[in-house]
Amino acid sequence: MAYEGDELLENVTSKEYEFGFTTNIESDKAPAGLNEDIIRLISSKKNEPQWLLDWRLEAFKIFQKMTEPEWAHVKYEKPNLQAISFYAAPKQKKVLNSLDEMDPELRKTMEKLGISIEEQKRLSGVAVDFVMDSVSVATSFKEKLGELGIIFCSISDAIQEHPELIKQYLGTVVPRTDNYYAALNSAVFTDGSFCYIPKGVRCPMELSTYFRINEAGTGQFERTLLIADEESYVSYLEGCTAPQRDENQLHAAVVELVAMRDAEIKYSTVQNWYPGDKDGKGGVFNFVTKRGMCEGANSKISWTQVETGSAVTWKYPSCILKGDNSVGEFYSVAVTNHFQQADTGTKMIHIGKNTKSTIISKGISSGRSQNSYRGLVQIGKNASNARNFSQCDSLLMTDTSGAHTFPYIEVNNSTAKVEHEATTSKIGEDQIFYCLQRGLDEEQAVSMIVNGYAKDVLNKLPMEFAVEAQKLLAISLEGSVG
Amino acid sequence: MLKIENLQARIEEKEILKGLSLTVGEGEVHAIMGPNGSGKSTLASVLAGREDYEVTGGTVTFNGKDLLDMPAEERAREGLFLAFQYPVEIPGVSNMNFLKAAVGEVRKHRGLEALTAKEFLQLVKEKSELVELDGQLANRAVNEGFSGGEKKRNEIFQMAMLNPSLCVLDETDSGLDIDALRIVSEGVNAMRDGKRSFVVITHYQRLLDHIVPDFVHVLYKGKIVKSGTKELALELEEKGYDWLKETEDAK
Ligand SMILES: Nc1ncnc2c1ncn2[C@@H]1O[C@H](COP(=O)(O)OP(=O)(O)OP(=O)(O)O)[C@@H](O)[C@H]1O
Ligand SMILES: [Mg+2]
Repeated sequence: MAYEGDELLENVTSKEYEFGFTTNIESDKAPAGLNEDIIRLISSKKNEPQWLLDWRLEAFKIFQKMTEPEWAHVKYEKPNLQAISFYAAPKQKKVLNSLDEMDPELRKTMEKLGISIEEQKRLSGVAVDFVMDSVSVATSFKEKLGELGIIFCSISDAIQEHPELIKQYLGTVVPRTDNYYAALNSAVFTDGSFCYIPKGVRCPMELSTYFRINEAGTGQFERTLLIADEESYVSYLEGCTAPQRDENQLHAAVVELVAMRDAEIKYSTVQNWYPGDKDGKGGVFNFVTKRGMCEGANSKISWTQVETGSAVTWKYPSCILKGDNSVGEFYSVAVTNHFQQADTGTKMIHIGKNTKSTIISKGISSGRSQNSYRGLVQIGKNASNARNFSQCDSLLMTDTSGAHTFPYIEVNNSTAKVEHEATTSKIGEDQIFYCLQRGLDEEQAVSMIVNGYAKDVLNKLPMEFAVEAQKLLAISLEGSVG
Repeated sequence: MLKIENLQARIEEKEILKGLSLTVGEGEVHAIMGPNGSGKSTLASVLAGREDYEVTGGTVTFNGKDLLDMPAEERAREGLFLAFQYPVEIPGVSNMNFLKAAVGEVRKHRGLEALTAKEFLQLVKEKSELVELDGQLANRAVNEGFSGGEKKRNEIFQMAMLNPSLCVLDETDSGLDIDALRIVSEGVNAMRDGKRSFVVITHYQRLLDHIVPDFVHVLYKGKIVKSGTKELALELEEKGYDWLKETEDAK
């Protein structure tokens, strides 16, 4: 369609990153740079036991022997780790007895993020853990969950209060040796969330964490550990935002999930880190390792992600299907615009018998962005009757954007069935015109078509998130057809 | 209602409409016939505001306003509806949500209050009965997996929902079985109220047996080369287009 180039550009540029505000909170920040002393500093600031400090230092040794991976279909200037501060805590009383004690500036930040904690407290059943820069600020609903034996708190608190659980599970799903950024995270992680659902308990509310990088020149390295004991169920939401900054910010998180026999974990993410401006300046480098272990028989882990942000994303939420009859699912919508680059997908590692995995990936590329799906389906030799179905669709909004699919399939058991479907299409001018002819404007048209395209994934999100995700898709793609 | 004067339009350097004039008065039904490739769908697209076509000359006034000056969505909101020759599928977008948004925009533009959910459903029920559209179809994705005939019915259903003042039907009869042709025609006739105008593009007399036109025009090589009343359609059915082509090509 012959859209006016300039008008289009104006449309795009006039759309500012909605969450690009910074908060004036005094922060307690470590000097820039990475070395053993910094790690010791972090560990002592957090009052950690010796074993954890040793664990971190070991991770740092491993990290030093590794080099940054280059196989992903992304190009960027490697972050200078010596220029980053690895610890930035909002300066305030460490322990909050109630949310009312929270720094008013911080409260405002949350409100700008659309999380009015009080509202949530009153209205919905969502418990929120809020991680700004490196430290977990407040966890609501703690007591209510406590009655059920559910532990939901920052990982720092968990280290103090439940060291045995941390010691037992930390690094068991994503070992320190796993990859460059996982090793880095293990050495320097500063906060994140911890969750334990005891045997037979269905968590009655969505648990939710909001991550935000606020301080300039900091990296964010959270560590999330979620354990669902036998016959338990939990649905977990994760949201991310960052202020608009000219320099790149590094986010290298690790998420580990463990599902025991008959347990189910639903993990949903809406990732909206600052993507950089229209010229590709600034933005978050999002290098994340997420993995779930279906440890017990009949366990199930579902990853659902809506990725609209970050300058560069490198992320493969994966499932290790160890228990017999265990199920892994991956539902993803990844939108890239301007100069964003995303290399995302999943790994489904089938080890147990009758294990099943489903992958639905919907890529949407606009502007000059590059959007890649990379997925591995591996069927082990003992995984008899394993099943996988993968569907990877790409939607191109512009001629200058790119979509790539890299499926890897390794089958070592002849009774396995693996199906893979892939499509690439350009957003239909006919579809847009059809909508215009019915009285919708172009933005509504694009938003409708894209949401329709991504529906199979959006449907998997919990209600509260689905609405937010739909709006985000529309915002990220405003004025983007060409 | 609609006044087209000396309209010229092209696509990718190709001249398609070459000085077309047509006036459609309030409440009138005009049939447009003509050989394949003569520019009928192009005319419909240009009226609806498709940007691939470049208007190189002429004027179009619609209800006293300069139609060519408006973007496509505004033309729709002003009351121009095009029932497409080939309705597109929009996977994952439910017909209901689509229509709700469209009806909302159109009503807003016309200064009407938004419909409540209940009123909207009532309207859906009433209008889908008009073209005997299976209730199930309303809940499916827009045109996705619809049969050819179902798509055409859906167009007329949408038309009824949006309450336009000018309806352009591009070969709505193609792909319809005999019963569906009658049903759709009756739906269209039910919408004839003495005020609403229609431009009906078709190749066949059988549609005009049901939707009886006030005027019939023949489009050939981007111009109206002959106009008449409903008898002209019968004449064309009998004689084909050759006699018209010959006189025209001789010029
Ligand atoms: N995108 C395009 N590029 C080049 N030529 C085109 C394009 N679209 C239409 N045309 C040409 O314009 C001419 C008119 O096409 P149009 O679809 O208006 O004809 P029509 O009268 O509706 O025909 P039919 O009866 O077959 O539906 C045809 O020669 C067609 O090939
Ligand atoms: Mg045609």
